Amino acid sequence: MTVVTDTAQPEVEVVWDMVRRAALASPVLLVLGFAIWGTPGLVGAAYGLLLIVVNFVGSASSIAWAARRSQVLLMVAVMGGYLFRLAFLFATVWPVRQVGWISIHSLCATMLATHLGLLVWEIRFVSVSLAHPGLKPRRTGKIQSRRT
Amino acid sequence: MEAISRLVAELDAADQKAAQAAIGAGFAYGLAAIGPGVGIGYVVGKAIEAMARQPEAAGMVRTTMFLGIAFTEALALIGFVVFILLGL
Repeated sequence: MTVVTDTAQPEVEVVWDMVRRAALASPVLLVLGFAIWGTPGLVGAAYGLLLIVVNFVGSASSIAWAARRSQVLLMVAVMGGYLFRLAFLFATVWPVRQVGWISIHSLCATMLATHLGLLVWEIRFVSVSLAHPGLKPRRTGKIQSRRT
Repeated sequence: MEAISRLVAELDAADQKAAQAAIGAGFAYGLAAIGPGVGIGYVVGKAIEAMARQPEAAGMVRTTMFLGIAFTEALALIGFVVFILLGL
């Protein structure tokens, strides 16, 4: 069993940035859900947003946890995590599919839009280089003038 | 077998339609989950191979792997949404 010695957690860094962006985008999604489907749409959009964020955080946490231990465990965590997350989505969405206070169409649309939208949005801010394996470094303050 | 066919024959048209929708939804979800499962397995396998060859690039590989998994999982999510909407 190969032990991975890298202790950085780039996926956790990326996913917390995605959560921050989900919080920024949430008013738009909630207003859209409310405008199209009314109050059930608002609840559905909020629920869908929450499910996707939990899904992302769970995925990144399990990968980071397993990657610190071994590569075999990483494979197990990713494949097991995939099945677990599918079961989690089923268990959380199936009971509310026919209740009156939640719009299932709003929930489904928000889940798809949030998942794909956050991923595409985040791609712009991911560095994927040896120096910065997670997010791109942020520019801080003034641009330093070149000294001659 | 005979009992099942008798049971099916006793169902009225609405029940048969609901049963067929449920069967279709189950197939849609199952088939939609297989593809991403294979894809995620392939992504993780290749990522582990890359990390084993170049341990210093593990962080970079893990970031790419995470994003690849998330994009692949979107296919399963689409299947899930279709399953939920068909099974209504």
